Amino acid sequence: MREPRTLILVMIVMVLLGTASAVTFFLQRRTDSGLDPAMVESFRTRIRAWWILLTVLAAAFLIGKGATVFLFWAVSFWAFREFITLTPTRPADHRTLFCVFLFCTPAQFILVWLDQYQLYSILIPVYAFLLIPAAIALSGDSKRFLERTAKIQAGLLICIYCLSYAPALLTLKINPPRNVSLLFFFILMVQLGDVFQYAWSQLPSKHAIVPTINPSKTWEGLLGGTATAALLGAALYWATPFPPWMAALMSLVVALMGAAGSLTMSAIKRDRGVKDYGTLVEGHGGVLDRIDSICFAAPVFFHFTLYFTQYYPGPVK
Amino acid sequence: MRKSFAWTPPEARIMRVPREILGQRRMEANITGAILAVIARILSGTSVRWLDCQPDGNQRVYFANHTSHLDAVVLWSALPPAIRALTRPVAAKDYWTAGAVRRYLSRRVFNALLIDRTEVKVHQSPVDLMIREIGHRYSLIVFPEGGRTTGQDIGEFKSGIYYLCKKRPDLEMIPVYIDNMNRILPRGEVLPVPMLSTITFGPPLWLEAGEPKNEFLRRAREAVRRLKEI
Repeated sequence: MREPRTLILVMIVMVLLGTASAVTFFLQRRTDSGLDPAMVESFRTRIRAWWILLTVLAAAFLIGKGATVFLFWAVSFWAFREFITLTPTRPADHRTLFCVFLFCTPAQFILVWLDQYQLYSILIPVYAFLLIPAAIALSGDSKRFLERTAKIQAGLLICIYCLSYAPALLTLKINPPRNVSLLFFFILMVQLGDVFQYAWSQLPSKHAIVPTINPSKTWEGLLGGTATAALLGAALYWATPFPPWMAALMSLVVALMGAAGSLTMSAIKRDRGVKDYGTLVEGHGGVLDRIDSICFAAPVFFHFTLYFTQYYPGPVK
Repeated sequence: MRKSFAWTPPEARIMRVPREILGQRRMEANITGAILAVIARILSGTSVRWLDCQPDGNQRVYFANHTSHLDAVVLWSALPPAIRALTRPVAAKDYWTAGAVRRYLSRRVFNALLIDRTEVKVHQSPVDLMIREIGHRYSLIVFPEGGRTTGQDIGEFKSGIYYLCKKRPDLEMIPVYIDNMNRILPRGEVLPVPMLSTITFGPPLWLEAGEPKNEFLRRAREAVRRLKEI
């Protein structure tokens, strides 16, 4: 929390969450509000889970870069466990999976921590993606070979590789150096994008984007949610190295990628016949259900920031 | 080595030995047990569900499907510590007495009830041994399939639990389904992959008066299999 801007962002979120907690507290006391008690209860557990996320995140930021990288490693490790647990593999994949868990998951985050972009940007898409099929071929079981390979690769890509770009924001050389508040801004915008897409999709007129995958995602939600996220992003531009228009554009991209992420994960869940990936934080499904939007948005946000800093070096002092 | 116990009346032994064991155990074995339980829980990411059943100090027999070496440890660690101290896994003597570490773990930490698979004697049948060893105090963890399976389907149950129930119809039989452990540490592998698993405890069942052996074994197996689908 060396940057006062992060502190201000955390304060704003605390005030918002505090208001939401107070509102649900009074809603639960009142019996004549006309609201569905189950909906109020699920809203309350969601807010409590956000409090937990905020506390953990703020604590990691306070301790420093190492703690933040470790926190994201722990989250992505758990998400990868959930992913592999729900994707059937064959007994012959056991040793490959062991090596993937033992080497790939820590290595990616250690390289991020060491700021070795030229290594962590290709560790999984090049080395792991070539060695995994080779290792599976070595096991001698060729049944559904491509499918098994793709499952492990998709899990690694989404849960480990993509998520590692969130703490990698701390290593970017940006001017002014607002890395910590930029990371907090990013996570806040993904969450707000989710929330506002949900809120806008509660409108009476509903046109589902892909009813066969996720009937609760509507065009109204997507348009309204991303537009709201862009406006809020512009209002919070002071937490980023961007001018307001760029902060709005980045928020828009983050919200769109987040929507793409949750739609993709919905498709995987639907194929596997499950609703949620797990039950770690009450009211929030599994870890993977919470971070699917972050996973898809993180590498895009990271690289857009990288392009931006190359073409727009920041204010000259 | 169990022969010496035959001279002591079972009841007296049960009343006497545990106090001594508990007195010595409290120190390092309980700490080792707690650490092992935490490691096993983290490694196998176990979430525990109790369906129509609560953890309880009643004398019980937990019977579960068996796919991995980790099953007994993880089931044991899923129980609350007070109940864990009163629950003894039934395990193979040849495996658990090979080497000092296994001997220490099975005797002092898990307080396992070791069954000699190689030499089953008429007056020393495993069921008699179990009944003598648990007295009116201990609960058991058993794997009635008789060995580890691949996890595709639950194997036929061996008749041991039927004879156990016949001699002690008051024991609560708790079906337990252990999910995904066959992928975490399958048969023939030594390195575990830290995926997530679930342990589900189901409602107790008892041997009904005059219930035929095959009928009871089928019902018990069905009770475990039912937990898989919930």
